[in-house]
Amino acid sequence: MTTMTIAKAINSGLRRSLESDEKSLLIGEDIGRLGGVYRITDGLLADFGTRRVIDSPLAESGIIGTCIGMALRGYRPVAEIQFDGFVFPGFNQITTQLAKMRARSEGRLTVPVVIRIPYGGGIGSVEHHSESPEALFAHTAGLRIITPSNAQDAYWMIQQAIECEDPVIVFEPKRRYWLKGEVDTERPALDAFKAQVVREGHHATIVAYGPLVPVALAAADAAEEDGYSVEVVDLRSISPIDFDTVVASVEKTGRLIVAHEAPTFGGIGGEIASRVSERAFLSLEAPVLRVGGFHMPYPVAKVEEDYLPDIDKLLEALDRLFTY
Amino acid sequence: MATTSQASPASDGLMTPDAAAADGPLIQLLDERGELHADERFSAYVADVDADELRSIYRDMALTRRFDVEATALQRQGQLALWVPCRGQEAAQIGSGRATRPGDYIFPTYREHGVAWTRQVDFAEMLRIFRGVSNGGWDPRENNFHMYTMVLAAQVPHATGYAMGINHDQSDWDTERRAAEGDAVVAYFGDGSSSEGDVHESMVFAASFDAPIVFFCQNNQWAISVPFEVQSKVPLASRAAGYGFEGLRVDGNDVLACLAVTRYALEHARRGDGPVFIEAVTYRMSAHTTADDPTKYRASEEELSWEPKDPLLRLEAYLRSSGAGDDAFFEQVAADADEMAAGVRAKAFTFPDPVLADSFKNVYAEAHPLIREESEWFRQYEAGFADNHPGGAR
Ligand SMILES: Cc1ncc(C[n+]2csc(CCOP(=O)(O)OP(=O)(O)O)c2C)c(N)n1
Repeated sequence: MTTMTIAKAINSGLRRSLESDEKSLLIGEDIGRLGGVYRITDGLLADFGTRRVIDSPLAESGIIGTCIGMALRGYRPVAEIQFDGFVFPGFNQITTQLAKMRARSEGRLTVPVVIRIPYGGGIGSVEHHSESPEALFAHTAGLRIITPSNAQDAYWMIQQAIECEDPVIVFEPKRRYWLKGEVDTERPALDAFKAQVVREGHHATIVAYGPLVPVALAAADAAEEDGYSVEVVDLRSISPIDFDTVVASVEKTGRLIVAHEAPTFGGIGGEIASRVSERAFLSLEAPVLRVGGFHMPYPVAKVEEDYLPDIDKLLEALDRLFTY
Repeated sequence: MATTSQASPASDGLMTPDAAAADGPLIQLLDERGELHADERFSAYVADVDADELRSIYRDMALTRRFDVEATALQRQGQLALWVPCRGQEAAQIGSGRATRPGDYIFPTYREHGVAWTRQVDFAEMLRIFRGVSNGGWDPRENNFHMYTMVLAAQVPHATGYAMGINHDQSDWDTERRAAEGDAVVAYFGDGSSSEGDVHESMVFAASFDAPIVFFCQNNQWAISVPFEVQSKVPLASRAAGYGFEGLRVDGNDVLACLAVTRYALEHARRGDGPVFIEAVTYRMSAHTTADDPTKYRASEEELSWEPKDPLLRLEAYLRSSGAGDDAFFEQVAADADEMAAGVRAKAFTFPDPVLADSFKNVYAEAHPLIREESEWFRQYEAGFADNHPGGAR
């Protein structure tokens, strides 16, 4: 076991994949000499060279499109998108090509492309640097979407993504890059596409993922002081969603809040609420509540604290849950 | 060669700015020593620039630089989330910006503080975005200067469409009237952004529809850490031919050449003769943004090699040698710049903190039930904290 930040864990995971599979390679803007704007690829160019760690031209459609081509040629490209808000020039390639190539070829072609996207707010940046566009991708069949919330998962999930035969988008919670945690580099702890109960409880469940997992845990601690025992599920995989774990928790606690930074309208929370009402209706003591962003463009930095789901907003939702 | 960079040989086998990027003929009127040269084609476009105007141009450049220094300091003091310096690019910006007319509409990226200044945008207003109190900052309609765009190249098709609109509006005008009163558009973007599909697509549209647009690329040699050669193996200006319009490669550190070439291009565009592409070869003298660390990717010798090409130095040399500017003038400009900077700093501290409740107001032009519901929820939620926080906001 070693302690490392999420940033370092991803870096180490990438390094291990580059070492173990000579077909794997990294491509993106500024990932080489600079090591990426978040330094996630720091040091990898020096050790693996310019064929494995490619500073690309500034063109997201080009990055994703050429990754598809390289994958068709037998490589396992890992693209870095610099910030959430800048993935959209590549959206066409991701949703119309990458996601559908296997189905269109009737299973003859696989395109094991990984796309890493730092996402989410709370870093006080200017516009387009703080968005949570995961639902836009989750709605597209053919993609897998995962998001680690801790260093152990970050280390393993990136490697599992690279090994996966399907296209995988890894949404990295950028405001947690410097969060430290224990990493066991010997054995993958968990299936990348499974959820995990990260705190046991019996009065209510909070399902969260990525940057909001620590917030959910802190809210559960605060609720404990008021006598409520709150279970927290780290979703980990946004597509597919491990509904079995979620439903099992709801069957135990009878109450559910889904929390994410993305706007609630049309978001992942709605999907979970709907499935849970289908599968565990009789276990529910209260309607499923969602805590998330408002239906507005991500606001300016000075007010993002009011926008982002925080402990208070989760506690307020818990209060509402317990009025039923 | 006026702008050949002195890049050190790359020891790691990586590409660095080499001759292919920064070499080749450049349109130049004022050389690095501050000496004036006649250009057969372009001198005429600045023939009217007298000593007074030159001093005023210098003043604009000096104010822009001083503003940049102040904004960088404000960021270092934690007063701005981020700053995007424009040091080194003052000639490209002031020269091109001053070539425009009030009716022309400008689409900038995010580094065009000097251009903004030539369009009467207040320096302090430019800080709102970076202070995190606004996503727009100024009223784009007031000075026909669009908001900054953070998604690279996304503004270039907008600029093209705007220019197509001008064409429609002025379709029954004759050439003379267009030249005299017609509007045009300038789209700014960087060498890195030139790789985005949006730039390519814009150029196709602009050419197909003879849109009155000038594509103004400031090739400052770097897209964050990536050198120009990764974006293009040929001078960008030469690409224009492939779209069917003229590309001009100008010394971007020569304010007179930038002014002349942009005047020419705007005249060409507004007359109805279609777009022109200008590649202004310059150098980003400081970091990409205050979050960047250039020591990770470029040699300090390269940075030093550009210092003598500083656009302010050469204009100062010319003003002094021609007798148009003496110590007293330069001291006055420096004093004015300090005063401006103090004013900008003071004003930046007066921006009221926005409140989230206001953010609901501008999402849609017409009433929207979801917005009403969410803003009402938020109002009540905030009110729940009113006891502890008399101001309402937490
Ligand atoms: C679509 C998109 N991709 C990536 C980024 C992140 N980014 C911001 S600035 C920059 C480099 C831009 O270089 P260039 O176009 O040459 O302009 P310069 O900053 O040098 O003026 C990058 C990659 C972005 N803002 N938008």
